[in-house]
Amino acid sequence: MRIAVLQFPGSNCDQDCLRAFREGLGAEADYLWHKNTSLSGFDGIVIPGGFSYGDYLRCGAIARFSPVMKPVIEAAGAGMPVIGICNGFQILCEAGLLPGALLRNRTLHFVCKMSLLRLETEGTPFTARLRKGQILRLPIAHGEGAYYANETILADIEAHDQVIFRYVDAFGKVTDQANPNGSLHNIAGICNEKRNILGMMPHPDRAWDQRIGSVDGISIFRSMLETAVALR
Amino acid sequence: MKVHVIVMPKRTVLDPQGMVVKNAIKELGFAGVQHVRVGKFLELEFAHQPEKFRLETLCRDLLSNPVIEDFVIQSEADASGSE
Repeated sequence: MRIAVLQFPGSNCDQDCLRAFREGLGAEADYLWHKNTSLSGFDGIVIPGGFSYGDYLRCGAIARFSPVMKPVIEAAGAGMPVIGICNGFQILCEAGLLPGALLRNRTLHFVCKMSLLRLETEGTPFTARLRKGQILRLPIAHGEGAYYANETILADIEAHDQVIFRYVDAFGKVTDQANPNGSLHNIAGICNEKRNILGMMPHPDRAWDQRIGSVDGISIFRSMLETAVALR
Repeated sequence: MKVHVIVMPKRTVLDPQGMVVKNAIKELGFAGVQHVRVGKFLELEFAHQPEKFRLETLCRDLLSNPVIEDFVIQSEADASGSE
């Protein structure tokens, strides 16, 4: 049972992700450089945050063509759990593994703060340890995190229950004020229709130990790990 | 030969950069400006005329994101052809 943490030139949350799995969960996890063309020996994939290829052209636009993305797309198609965090979410959208895109924050500012999220659905490899309606405290840190999809796609992902997390206020309500970046429908994280690929802007990798401010992220990784074990 | 590619955010996509630039233009006293959108201009240089189909694929797959952007290709060959 082994988790791959992908590394692109410019990834900068790879160490956080690796430590979350190794120290937070005692799991086996290793880096996988983006030039690799095989995922052999791995049972789950983490695409970490950062600024792959300096965010040149568009966030994630160049990383999606890296050699490692070919086996990632194949493994994702075969049902392997894949989580993309922040820049990882942007890469998954650019690769067409998740619908929609992430735009410049509506304020044009980089936002770096704690956010509150409400779990909107169950029945994914990432949420087995959580309850629908539960509020999670996870930090966000991004300049391009405004989730966008056209009306048809948006209606489709809502109808298929693919919205996993929404930004909410302290009362758990979806409000415009609680929306840090202008995401449509306050969307903070979505999954694909088969529900084995999760993309989210907030960082569970920065919330797996009380010493760093929150432990709410560890349940997401633990759920993913347990699913990967079960699928093995 | 040179090929120019213009990439613009779709009309339906909010363009906060364009809104900020519009406000700055107004501040400078250009009262008539109604709408500003900010896009990208790419200049590509090829040894030979690329196939139209391959160029369009490149624009769709890499140079633009069709979910949020539209693109226009302007090549020297097109310009001389239309004259």
